[in-house]
Amino acid sequence: MSALLQQPGYEEERLQTVSKKLPCREVQAGMLLSLMGQPHQYSYPSIFIYGHQSSGKSHVLNVLLKELELPHATVSFVECVSVALLFEQVLLSFFGCDAASLLPRSPSLSDFVRIYRQQSSQSPAKQTRYIVIEKAELLRDSDANLLPALLRLQELVEDNVTVILLSEIVWDRFRPNTGCFEPLLLHFPDYSKGELQHILAQDRNPSYSDEFYSAYINILLGVFYSVCRDLRELRHLAALNFSKFCEPLAEGKVKETDTHKLWRNIEPHLKKAMQTVYLREVSSLQWEQMQQMEEKENGAVRGLSAHTHVELPYYSKFLLIAAYLASFNPARTDKRFFVKHHGKIKKTNFLKKNEKTSNHLLGPKPFPLDRLLAIFYSVVDSRVAPTASIFSQISSLVTLQLLTQVSHGDQIDAPKYKCAVSMDFICAISRTVNFEIIKYLYDFL
Amino acid sequence: MSTSSVSKGCFVFKPSAKKKKTLSLEDHFIHGCEGADESKTRFNLCQDLWDQIKTDTELLQDELNTKILDSLLDFTRKCSSTRQQSDWASHMRASEIPTAALVLGVNVPDHDMTFQSLSELLRQSVTPHVASVQAKECGALKHLIKRVLESTLCDWYTMNTKKSYSLTPGKKRSSPVKDDLQQPPIVIIFKDLEAFNARVLQDFILICSRYIERLPLMFIFGIATSPSTIQHMLPHSVSSLLCIELFQSLSCTQHLATVIDKLILTTHFPFKLNGKVMQVLISIFLYHDFSVRNFIKGVQLALLEHFHSQPLSVLCCRKKEALLNVMQLGHQDLERIRQLPSFKRYVEKQEPQEQEHLLTDDTHLKEVCRRLIKDLRKYHKHYYPTLRCLHTLTSSLPRYPLGKQIRELHLICLEKNVWENEEYQSAMKLLKMMAKDELISLLKKCAEILQHSKSKNMKSALLLLEAMLAKFKQLDTVVAEPPPPAEESITSPVKNLQKKMDLFQLQKALLEMNESRRSKKLSPFEVLRNEALQFIDSLVQSHLSPPESQTLYEVCYYSSSATVRRHLNAAPRTSIQAALNSPFYYLQNDRLKSEDGSVSNAAPDICIVYKLHLECGRLINLFDWLEAFATVVSAAEGNDPDSDSFGKVDDVKHARFIRAVSELEFLGFIKSTKQKTDHVARITWGGC
Repeated sequence: MSALLQQPGYEEERLQTVSKKLPCREVQAGMLLSLMGQPHQYSYPSIFIYGHQSSGKSHVLNVLLKELELPHATVSFVECVSVALLFEQVLLSFFGCDAASLLPRSPSLSDFVRIYRQQSSQSPAKQTRYIVIEKAELLRDSDANLLPALLRLQELVEDNVTVILLSEIVWDRFRPNTGCFEPLLLHFPDYSKGELQHILAQDRNPSYSDEFYSAYINILLGVFYSVCRDLRELRHLAALNFSKFCEPLAEGKVKETDTHKLWRNIEPHLKKAMQTVYLREVSSLQWEQMQQMEEKENGAVRGLSAHTHVELPYYSKFLLIAAYLASFNPARTDKRFFVKHHGKIKKTNFLKKNEKTSNHLLGPKPFPLDRLLAIFYSVVDSRVAPTASIFSQISSLVTLQLLTQVSHGDQIDAPKYKCAVSMDFICAISRTVNFEIIKYLYDFL
Repeated sequence: MSTSSVSKGCFVFKPSAKKKKTLSLEDHFIHGCEGADESKTRFNLCQDLWDQIKTDTELLQDELNTKILDSLLDFTRKCSSTRQQSDWASHMRASEIPTAALVLGVNVPDHDMTFQSLSELLRQSVTPHVASVQAKECGALKHLIKRVLESTLCDWYTMNTKKSYSLTPGKKRSSPVKDDLQQPPIVIIFKDLEAFNARVLQDFILICSRYIERLPLMFIFGIATSPSTIQHMLPHSVSSLLCIELFQSLSCTQHLATVIDKLILTTHFPFKLNGKVMQVLISIFLYHDFSVRNFIKGVQLALLEHFHSQPLSVLCCRKKEALLNVMQLGHQDLERIRQLPSFKRYVEKQEPQEQEHLLTDDTHLKEVCRRLIKDLRKYHKHYYPTLRCLHTLTSSLPRYPLGKQIRELHLICLEKNVWENEEYQSAMKLLKMMAKDELISLLKKCAEILQHSKSKNMKSALLLLEAMLAKFKQLDTVVAEPPPPAEESITSPVKNLQKKMDLFQLQKALLEMNESRRSKKLSPFEVLRNEALQFIDSLVQSHLSPPESQTLYEVCYYSSSATVRRHLNAAPRTSIQAALNSPFYYLQNDRLKSEDGSVSNAAPDICIVYKLHLECGRLINLFDWLEAFATVVSAAEGNDPDSDSFGKVDDVKHARFIRAVSELEFLGFIKSTKQKTDHVARITWGGC
C-alpha cells in the first residue's frame, strides 16, 4: 500500500512518517511534493486544490508542511472578516509579531506587499514559503483585486513564496472577468468505499480486535455509503453506534467472529440512525441516551422537524392566509374570489396560457401590500380597523420569515412581499380559524 | 399618561430668571389632573400600586420560567462535563458545538425578559462568560464577532491573560485556555434566530467549530416559530457541526392565564378593570400580539389613567388607608360622590329622610361611605372564590357553555347577571346530569377553593358544602347498592339532545325522557345532586352580580375602554383622516368649527386641498385644483367676491398650493402619474 513518497531534498524518515499519516492519499501527496520541489527551489506561484468536503485536502497539506517543517501560514478564509486578518496572519507566521504590527489600520493590498518586501529583504527565504488558504471560494466575495494578486504573489513580493488555495468548487467558477494568472489545478477525488474502509478501520477501539472493528466498519459503510461519503461524519457515526454493536458481545450471546448475528442486531439500529442522528433531527447526546434506555421505551424523542406547529395571533393567521392567497392566485382572479356578484368566469378562457400551469409548481409570486390588505379585509370575518398593530404584524411576520420582503428595504411606499410558507402549514393554520382555504385557491378550483 | 398633561404642563411655567426645572413624573401627573389638591396622594397611591404589580409580575415570570431555565442550565452543565471525558468514543466522535434550541413562541416582545433572567442565572450558577446577540446588531459577520468578543471576553481577557497578545479572533480565544480543565463554558445566546442573516450565522458556526476542541463554546438559539427553521437556515454541512437539543417554553396563552389569575382575579390589588377594558386588553392579546408584556403595559396604562382622571380614586387603596382617606374627603369630593350614578341609585333606594341626610349632611355621608367601601371589599372577597368555584364546575362541561378559560367566565360575569344568561342555564342543566364521581370530585375542588377564603360568608358556605359532601359519602356507605342503571337511561337521551336530529326523532326522544322520568322517583343521589346545585346557584346569585350593581364601584373600576383602545391600538390612518376632515378635532380653534361636516375655508391649506381632492375622480387636473383652491382661500381672506382679483392665483397662493399638494403626496393620498399630463392620481377611494 505504501507507495513511498520520494523527493530529493527531504529526509527519508520524514517522508516515511508522512506517507503513514496519509493513507489513500499517496498519489496526491506525491504530486504535491513534486510540485513543491526541493525546499530551496522556487516553486510554482500558485496551486489550486479542489475536491469535496473531507476528501483530505487540508489534512494532506497540514501533514506535509508540518512534518517536513516547511515555513508556512495556514488561514481559513472564513475567519477573515476583513483582509487585514489574512495579511496579519501571513506576516505573523513568516516574520513574527513585529512585522504584523507594522501593518496600518485597515491595510490595503499594497501595504501588505510593501511590508512583505521590506521584511523579506531583511530575511530572504531559504526555503519556499507556503501560504495555504482554506475555503478559498469566499475569496470571490472579497475585494476584486485580492484573488489575482494572490495568484501571482511570488512576482509581486519577489520572494520564494507559493500560494495554495483549497476549495470545494472547481476553478472555472473562480476565474475573474478580467482574467488572471492560471494556477496549477490539482483534484482530490472522493475516497472510494475501499479507501474509506481502510481509513476508518485504522482508528479501532483498543479493547477490541482489528478484525472485529473492520467488520463493524464494513456493516456501517454498507448502510451509510449510499447517503454519506463524508469521512468526518462517518467517523462520528461509527463512534456513536459502536457501543450498540458490542452489546450482544458484552452479554455473551455472540462471539466476535459471528458477523452475521452482529449484523442482524445492528442493521435496523443503523437505519434508524440514518433517519435521525445523521440528519441532526436528534442530537448525538440524545441519541446516546436513547441507546441506553431503548429497552424500556422506544422512540420517546421527537425529531426537530416534527415540531412544525406555530401559534399565531388571530389576525396574523388571517394575514398569512391572505398573503398565501395573494402569492398563489393570479391577481386577475381576485375579483372572482372576493367580489360577491362576480358573474361566472370560465377557467379555460379566462386565463392566459402561462397561467394555466399550476401556480403551486411555479412557486409564490410577489404581491404589493395593498393587495394583501384588500384580501385580508375580505377574508377576515369581522370588521377590522386598519390599526398600527395590523401593520406591525406584517413586519413581524417578515422577521419570523413567514413572509419575505421582495422589494428593497428603503422602498417604503409600495413594499412587495412573498409568502414563504408551505401548503401544509397554511392548511393547518386555516383549519384553526375555520377557513376553507382550498375553496379560495385557483389551482384547486 | 395622556399627551394633554404634557402640553398643559409646559405652559404653566412662566419665563423666569430661574433655571428651568425639568418636570418630574409627579409634576406631569399632577398638572393634568382634576382636583389637583389630592393629586399628590393619588400619584403616590398609583406609584405604590404599580410597583407592587410590577414586582409581582416579575416574580410570576421568573416562577413560570424556572422549569425551562433549570433544564437549560442542566444542559449547559452536562455539556461542559461531557467534554472532559476522554474515553475512546468521545475521542473518536466529531466534536460538536452543544446547542440549545429554545422555542419561545411568536410573542417576541416577551422574550427579552426570559433571556435576561436566563443570562443572569447562567452568570450566577454556570459561567461568567455569557454573550447575547441580537440580529439587528449583527448585520455582518464582523459585527457579530465583535459583539461576542466584547461581551464575553473582556472580563475573561483581563482575568486570564495578560500574557498573550495577538489580533486574530481565533488566536485570541485559543491561546489562554489549555491549562485549566474545569473551565466554564462560553455561552452565546442568539436572541432571535429567524432574523439573523443565514450566511452570517453559517460562517460564524464554521469559525466556532474550528475552535471547539480548544474552547468550551455553547449556543442557545431563541426560536420564535418552530425548530425546523434551524434546518431551513443551516445546510447539513453546518448543522452537522451542532449538537442540537430542543427546549419548549410555556405557551403564551397559559402564561396569560396565570398572569390574569394572579393579577386580576385577586383581592390583592384594589384597582380593577371593568368588562369592556378587560375585553379590549384581552382581544389585543389574542388578535394582535400574544404578548403578555404588552398586556401588563395595558394594565399599567389603565391604572395611570384611572388615578389621573378619577378624583375619587384616592379611595382606591387598602382598606385602612381607604377608610382614613374617606374621613379626609373635602366638600367638593363628597359632591362628586353624590354625583356618581351608582350612588344616586343607592340614594333612591333609601327612606326619604335618609335621602335628605345623605344629600346634605357631609359627616353622615362620610360614615355611609366608610360602610359602602367595606361592602365593596366584601363583594370582592366573595366574588373571586365564587367565580373560581363556578369555573371549576363548568370548565369541563361538553362544549364549554361558559368558556374554557376563567377569563371568559369573568368577562361574562362583569357584563351582566350571569344567572340570567342562557349559557348559564344550559350549563346548570348539564351539571344536573353529571355522574356522581365527577360531581363529587368537582365539589371537592370547590371546597378547596373556598378554604382559602377568609371571609365569614365563604366559611359558612364551605361548611354547607362539606356537609353536603359528607352526605354524598353517606350515600356510598348506607346504600351499598350501585347507583341505579336508570340514571344512565335518563342522562343518555339528554346527551343525545345535544346532537343534531330531525323533529320526529326529537319528539320521540323527549317523550321517552318524560316517560322514564315519570316512571322513576328521584333517587337519593339525585335529590342530593339537585340540592348541591341549588346551593351553587344561590351562591352565584348572591355573589356574582356585576360590579356595576355595587355602590361606589366607580372608585375601583376603570371603565374607559375607548381611551385604552386609542392608546394601545392606534389607528394612524383614521387619525390622519380625522385631522384632515375636521381640523378642529386636533387644533381646537373656534374658527375651524363647522356644523355640517364641511371644512371652513379658514382651515389649514392641506385640509382645503384634501377636501377639494375628494371631489375629484381617479385622475386630478392640477390646474383645476389650483383654481378651486385659490377661490376658497380668497374667500377666507375676506376679499370682495366681485372684485377682479378674487380667486386669482398669485405667487403666494401658488406656493401654498404646491406645498399642500406635496404634503398630501407625502401622506400617501396622491401620486404623480404619466397617464395624462398635468394630472396626479388618487391613491385612496371614496369621497364623492
